[in-house]
Amino acid sequence: MIRLTSVYKEYPRSGTALRDVTLHVNKGELVFLTGHSGAGKSTILRLIQMADLPSAGEVRVSGFSSKLMRRRDIPQLRRKLGVVFQDFRLLRDRTAEENVAFALEVTGTKRSAITPRVNRLLTQVGLAHKARACPDELSGGERQRVAIARALANEPLVLLADEPTGNLDEWAAKGVFELFREINSMGMTILMATHDLTLVRAHPEYRVVELAQGSVVYDSAAASVEAGRG
Amino acid sequence: MPYALREALAAFRRTPLLAALSVIAIAFALFVIGLFGLTAFNIRRAIEKVEEKVEIVAYLADDATPAQVELAQQEVRALPQVASLRHVTKTEALATAMAEMEEFKEVFSDLDANPLPASFEVSLKAGSRSPEAVERVAKRIQAYPFVEDVRYGRDWLNTIYTIRRIAAGVAMVIGGAFALVAAIVIATAVRITVFARREEIGIMRLVGATDGFVQSPFLLEGLMSGLLGGVLAAALTWGTYRVLGSTMFQVEWLPSEWIVLTVIAGTAFGLLSSLVAVRRHLEQV
Ligand SMILES: Nc1ncnc2c1ncn2[C@@H]1O[C@H](COP(=O)(O)OP(=O)(O)OP(=O)(O)O)[C@@H](O)[C@H]1O
Ligand SMILES: [Mg+2]
Repeated sequence: MIRLTSVYKEYPRSGTALRDVTLHVNKGELVFLTGHSGAGKSTILRLIQMADLPSAGEVRVSGFSSKLMRRRDIPQLRRKLGVVFQDFRLLRDRTAEENVAFALEVTGTKRSAITPRVNRLLTQVGLAHKARACPDELSGGERQRVAIARALANEPLVLLADEPTGNLDEWAAKGVFELFREINSMGMTILMATHDLTLVRAHPEYRVVELAQGSVVYDSAAASVEAGRG
Repeated sequence: MPYALREALAAFRRTPLLAALSVIAIAFALFVIGLFGLTAFNIRRAIEKVEEKVEIVAYLADDATPAQVELAQQEVRALPQVASLRHVTKTEALATAMAEMEEFKEVFSDLDANPLPASFEVSLKAGSRSPEAVERVAKRIQAYPFVEDVRYGRDWLNTIYTIRRIAAGVAMVIGGAFALVAAIVIATAVRITVFARREEIGIMRLVGATDGFVQSPFLLEGLMSGLLGGVLAAALTWGTYRVLGSTMFQVEWLPSEWIVLTVIAGTAFGLLSSLVAVRRHLEQV
């Protein structure tokens, strides 16, 4: 599904953000991407969206390769990725349902198909009763649920989340993560960058990849493989 | 309502002053060109009318022999530029003079000898009435030894052509200046809208909207400004034509294709300006 092979990323001023990162994420997995601030978590997520290209190595996402990517292919890739952020990135002057509908509208979904789909998505994230509320009238957890509904709107293959619980209190964070688990249990591949170690430790059943200074220093999948070999 | 149209109209509402300014700037650019068109068109009509009458008059010496005159007539008629040649004899010239100038009738009839010379009145074919062509034929006729003098409207024809060239130059400069202003205003409007909608544009890209889709409201806005500007320019030109026509001159209205062309030019200009601006500013979001 997602394959990073010997990826390097250099930034002109701040130097090397990623150093020889090789990482495969399989279909249906939920993976925690952890590490200190500046370790390169967001950089990996940006490379997967091809918002940026690697300085060396290759990023492959479901048939798209960073080596062959042309500017006009990017929208097609983005429709296969759902992305949520720490700061939600909702449009303030639109209601919850309009925010979700926006993702469908701007990718050319038929008008008649939009309303039922938005209703279904809001129900899925547990916000059907707040469909007409604007972001300012919603709690942080509720806003993130709207953002998740929007990310799922175009039926993506992968959900990328960059610190999705970073702005939430413990309870809201729990709730949002439960939603992720639920979505994952229905087959969605999820890659979630987080430095919420409490959350990560509470769920040892999921794979953990840890970055330090741009390199993968721990991968629970590889560790268990090695442990099995040993 | 389709997304692009809704957003384009929203942009008009968000920055009405800029929207109005771009429409007006485009309108003035085209109005200046339209005024020139009106002038040039009418000058051309005037020239055409005059040119139909353009004649070269060659006065013949009294001692020219009939044989010489006959030969010259045949040679001049054979020139490719010449449409017709009329030989006016001394007697005919006098008769015409007496008919046209009643008050001098007495003077003419009292004379012993006819003082008026015989002449050739040469008219030229439609394609050969430029000042240069007229001059070439005139020179050719002048070459006959019995031709005393050749008259043709060289000077004022040249003047008209020069005036038209100057008018075209002035219209280009002023029209170009307004067009530049229009392009700058449109670019500013695009920049403001891109800035006002930067979050929205960011999300559009995030969820996979194509570049064309992101650009479409801006292009539509430019197109509508251009269309309105073109129509306004045509209306202004028509107003000027009415005012001129009712006060001073006999002016003719432009052919309808020119008006359609004005509106199309405005629309194309608006579209192109916003395309250039949107390409540049969307890169920066
Ligand atoms: N657009 C950029 N231009 C220059 N340097 C950048 C850019 N984005 C990231 N970096 C650098 O790359 C390194 C990794 O940044 P990244 O955002 O991936 O870290 P992170 O693991 O997401 O950190 P955090 O937990 O604080 O979000 C940092 O040193 C950062 O300064
Ligand atoms: Mg980050």
